[in-house]
Amino acid sequence: MSARAGAGLWVAQRATAAVLAFCVLVHLATMIFAVRGGLTAAQILGRTHGNYAWGAFYSLFVIAAGIHGAIGLRTVAAEWLSFRGRAADAAMAAIALAIVGLGLRAVSAVVL
Amino acid sequence: MIRPARSHPGWWAFVVHRLSGVALAFFLPAHFLVLGRAIQGEAHLESFLRWSEQPLVQLAEWVLVTLLAAHLAGGLRLLAIEFLPWREWHKTLAALAAGFAVAAGLAFALAR
Repeated sequence: MSARAGAGLWVAQRATAAVLAFCVLVHLATMIFAVRGGLTAAQILGRTHGNYAWGAFYSLFVIAAGIHGAIGLRTVAAEWLSFRGRAADAAMAAIALAIVGLGLRAVSAVVL
Repeated sequence: MIRPARSHPGWWAFVVHRLSGVALAFFLPAHFLVLGRAIQGEAHLESFLRWSEQPLVQLAEWVLVTLLAAHLAGGLRLLAIEFLPWREWHKTLAALAAGFAVAAGLAFALAR
């Protein structure tokens, strides 16, 4: 990977971290609020069905988490497993796509 | 005598941040697959939520919430160190991150 691409990943990791800092705070607060007195599917879906603001928020959350998680795993794989190069970059892209794909499917399942 | 790096709070902050990140990256697909059960209807999601009421699953849930809070606080610590002129605050930031993670975990456990 070129130095320019490496710098791009560094910026993407920090930019998604900033987005995730906000999203995770909201998610933690929502979870602590939502689990009081137990959690049911009806309660969850009652809050999320047709709520496009939550849908947009969680879509952003999922995309940022997919990018951030994949870049982080690439770094860990390089440092701890010496897994580098094109194969590692391809694995990172596949992990990002899988997380974002599964995440957007989950968002659509609870919002639409 | 130079103290070994592992006695520094910064090393522990690094370890917690890295391990929590890897754990969360592996957990995310499972989390999304469970939420995606709502596509097949409310009952499918509900059956999983009833299964998740087992003590061991609830313990795992609490661990994940605490890891999420730890990764958030550790990430904010890293952003502060990288982008703000606060390098002498290393230990304070690590302590604040640990405190936030414990507080979020306790809040979730008490709400549950």
